[in-house]
Amino acid sequence: MAPVIPRSGDAIFASVERVNAELFTLTYGAIVRQLLTDLEEVEEVNKQLDQMGYNIGIRLVDEFLAKSNVSRCIDFKETAEVIAKVGFKMFLGVTASVSNWDADGTCCSIILEDNPLVDFVELPDTCQGLYYCNVLSGVIRGALEMVSMKTEVTWVRDMLRGDDAFELQVKLLKQVPEEYPYKDDE
Amino acid sequence: MQFFGGSEISPSPPAPTASGNNAHMIYVFNRNGVCLLYREWNRPLHTLNQQQDHKLMFGLLFSLKSLTAKMDPTSAEKGNLGVPQLPGQGCSFHSFRTNTYKLSFMESPSGIKIILVTHPRTGDLRESLKYIYNLYVEYVVKNPIYTPGTPIRCELFNTTLDQYARSIA
Repeated sequence: MAPVIPRSGDAIFASVERVNAELFTLTYGAIVRQLLTDLEEVEEVNKQLDQMGYNIGIRLVDEFLAKSNVSRCIDFKETAEVIAKVGFKMFLGVTASVSNWDADGTCCSIILEDNPLVDFVELPDTCQGLYYCNVLSGVIRGALEMVSMKTEVTWVRDMLRGDDAFELQVKLLKQVPEEYPYKDDE
Repeated sequence: MQFFGGSEISPSPPAPTASGNNAHMIYVFNRNGVCLLYREWNRPLHTLNQQQDHKLMFGLLFSLKSLTAKMDPTSAEKGNLGVPQLPGQGCSFHSFRTNTYKLSFMESPSGIKIILVTHPRTGDLRESLKYIYNLYVEYVVKNPIYTPGTPIRCELFNTTLDQYARSIA
């Protein structure tokens, strides 16, 4: 049987059902706006967005694995490349790049030049501490947790705060191999 | 016995016919050993109660995966027997056959294990298992009412799966 070749991000993006980009951006904006009204504290909103992203990520990973045919990544470097090139392309339609690897290969930065979530968005002075795209950090953390990697994802650069690009720092904390779940021998 | 006119309405859908049905049963487990789905279409013999049966199946596959990976003559890295592995790592077995049935297995890197038991002359079912994984994504993962990690109670998924199972050669 021929070996399974993983599909490229472009090929999958072309084959899945897509939604109107403006609708997506405006819906996300409405969610953040509502959270700000309900919770008022910017820190609380950041946490809630991260939690929402986490809940999305744990389901998203199965769809990603089913559609893209990638097999287990050999190391964290490959994982980051796959997230940036295939993952972001498949779900958001943009390609990200990976850089700033540290010495042991456990920490890197994913850089997004173009981010569909923030089209038309400007942060007012009352929301200066807000990480508007925090849902993305939750998604990556949730998805990686389902493939046995505990990670910490934080924002380094944010265009809504005046930087020139969006940069996410992804740090691998540990790999958690699966254990035999039944403790008692019955 | 008197038969009244008109059709009888049966409360449950008709069972699949034995002639068209090649699959005996299917199990779907997640990475924590929770049996998300168990469906049987043709299983005359039950030896254990459900819980024990699920535990046995999961344990069997867990050990088989570990064993096949450690016995691999081509792999350069030698782990220790009994050390847990990441899902999908190393070589992974995909089926075994006895004189009365064939068991086909697929595991995704996220730990979702799909096991299909069919008659022994079935060919390679890897593509079918991938298709079932896609069905799982479409009907279960994307279902907002479903909580991940709990048994699947989705009628639409069950019917689609039954239909697909009937078509497996």
